[in-house]
Amino acid sequence: MKKTILSIAAAAAVLSFGTMAAEAKTKACFIYVGPIGDFGWSYQHHQGVLQAEKELGDQLETAYLESVPEGADAERAIERFARSGCNIIFTTSFGYMDATNKVAGKFPDVKFEHATGYKREHPNVSTYNSKFHEGRYVQGVIAAKMSKAGVAGYIASFPIPEVVLGINAFMLGAQSVNPDFKVKVVWANTWFDPGKEADAAKALIDQGADIITQHTDSTAPMQVAAERGIKAFGQASDMIAFGKDTQLTSIVDDWGPYYIHQIKSVIDGTWKQQDVWDGMKEGNVVMAPYTNMPDDVKKLAEETEAKIKSGEFNPYTGPITKQDGTEWLKAGEVADNGTLLGLNFYVKGVDDKLPQ
Amino acid sequence: MRIELVKRPQQSALYSALSPFFALALTLIAGAIMFSLLGKNPLDALYYYFIDPLREMWSLHELAVKAAPLILIAVGLSVCFLSNNWNIGAEGQFIIGAMAGSILPVMYPDFQSWIVLPLMLIMSMVGGAAYAAIPALLKTRFNTNEILTSLMLVYVAQLFLDWMVRGPWRNPAGMNFPETRNFHEYAVLPEIWPDSGRAHWGFVFALVAALLVWFMLSKTLRGFEVKVLGQSPRAGRFAGFSASKMVFFAFIVSGALAGLAGISEVSGAIGQLRPTISPGYGFAAIIVAFLGRLNPLGIVAAGLVLALSYLGGEAAQISIGVSDKVVRAFQGMLLFFVLGCDTLIHYRIRLVRTALSKAEVSHGNA
Repeated sequence: MKKTILSIAAAAAVLSFGTMAAEAKTKACFIYVGPIGDFGWSYQHHQGVLQAEKELGDQLETAYLESVPEGADAERAIERFARSGCNIIFTTSFGYMDATNKVAGKFPDVKFEHATGYKREHPNVSTYNSKFHEGRYVQGVIAAKMSKAGVAGYIASFPIPEVVLGINAFMLGAQSVNPDFKVKVVWANTWFDPGKEADAAKALIDQGADIITQHTDSTAPMQVAAERGIKAFGQASDMIAFGKDTQLTSIVDDWGPYYIHQIKSVIDGTWKQQDVWDGMKEGNVVMAPYTNMPDDVKKLAEETEAKIKSGEFNPYTGPITKQDGTEWLKAGEVADNGTLLGLNFYVKGVDDKLPQ
Repeated sequence: MRIELVKRPQQSALYSALSPFFALALTLIAGAIMFSLLGKNPLDALYYYFIDPLREMWSLHELAVKAAPLILIAVGLSVCFLSNNWNIGAEGQFIIGAMAGSILPVMYPDFQSWIVLPLMLIMSMVGGAAYAAIPALLKTRFNTNEILTSLMLVYVAQLFLDWMVRGPWRNPAGMNFPETRNFHEYAVLPEIWPDSGRAHWGFVFALVAALLVWFMLSKTLRGFEVKVLGQSPRAGRFAGFSASKMVFFAFIVSGALAGLAGISEVSGAIGQLRPTISPGYGFAAIIVAFLGRLNPLGIVAAGLVLALSYLGGEAAQISIGVSDKVVRAFQGMLLFFVLGCDTLIHYRIRLVRTALSKAEVSHGNA
């Protein structure tokens, strides 16, 4: 009799343990600012999620909300996730910053990861971003080698530090090959608007640019460049399918390694607050294959990429002069992250006035 | 063969009142068909859409947050639409109102006193009303089409806000990101019942506005004037009502309420100005106004229904994995069925054979 009771108890214990293990699946939730089919920013975040799902298999359950407006709706969307049993919530646009911190204060047991922001008001909030400008330096080197006119056209989104950082890095890369190289900038004031982006590309080409690069997310500039028979760089994802004979390379945002690492740390219980700004070295910024260029340019691009990747070279190493002619960095001096993250001036050679 | 709409000699008051409910029922049926075609269980889907968001306290608060601007704007629009003034620019009046109301906390952050919030509310109403007076002026002075002018002023307002938060009003401590400084505590619209959720006083403003406008429309001479001038400007002239004063009255009331909605959203729900502060409330409120049959009390109910469809859309996206586009499809169907039901209650469909129609046309001309 006693034995039966014991075995029943044991069975019950096993059963309850079994259900507990099933419940212990970690849930990671994602909020996207655009549709997952934008082939740019949100698309790449979602690709990272798919990688994490593949890698972590049964341990992981995911959910996402797409096209969540930045504003009052974001707070509700984040709170809904926090209440629906998410263990870690990734909010993948700058405009979710205050909403993320507000909700994090109410749910101390849930981990929050905010992309591209700077506020970490509670111990359960981390921020993360990537050094995309490292890739832009390589693009600048290629552009100066490939351009006959010595002028590149740059389609920019909004005058925020991250975008200015990219324009300057592109300029510095180009100057390392051709000190007289010019960069013309058009502000599209959008992250994703194929019509406006195409118009910007046409305007830049008409002004003499024979290389197009973009910090907006649609494939339209690539398609315009292809029509006009000039070369261009892709953005966020590998856009070779939209410009087989046009794309030189593309900066691919690869969030997969970061998402896998952070979700694993929640599973292990080792997650802690941090401010991550990873780049080529950590595998967050990946260059798409170098195409449509001669072998010597390809070789130079690969060497530049390798130097940045190994940490041997930082694109923001002096001597660097500001656009107004004053000295910013002395020879050999490296800019600190704080200055870079709040950058609001151009370096010498950019043919544009920065909107202030 | 062609299809004609013929006005019914007698209109059923009962069916008129029931029309929104028919529309809602038809939307549910069409929605269920849409979900089945998407391969989802329609009952599950409708449950997540319309029941799940009502089950928890915090979610009811969110419903109030979402419904407040819709109701406030739609109540104002009802005055416009009833008086035959087609203000399509509430979105712009919402934005300008929010900006006017934000002048104090953004430009004078050190001025901290209890008086700040009431001043902000007043300034927002003045701002929204002034912006709405532009299409009213153009209509009365130059006989311009107010649909076009009010709509185009929306884009002007959006770009003006965008420029201000990137330039002059940018937060000096905000790392150059496009947003203003966060409002200080005296400039934040308080939550009604902070322990259970974040619904702010904007919802109370919406209810009060609905009651006041309802009273004005149904119990006062001014309300009678609104309706007479809307239905028959000529009759209104005989009665001594001024059509151009009415244009200003309608635009200013709706602009002021849209402006109040703007500052309530910014001060109560967001806490700062950003490049975009409205996911299209000014346009969604047009649906709300018609779904509520241009009756302020009906608009309260309609605003809650439309807000529910937004919340339900999120719940359904998480639980059963349907796209966020389904929300838009739902709202579109709702408006389609409301207008369809209204039309069929007032008109009946007649099929006319082509051979006869010529005779009828000439008869009609004679």
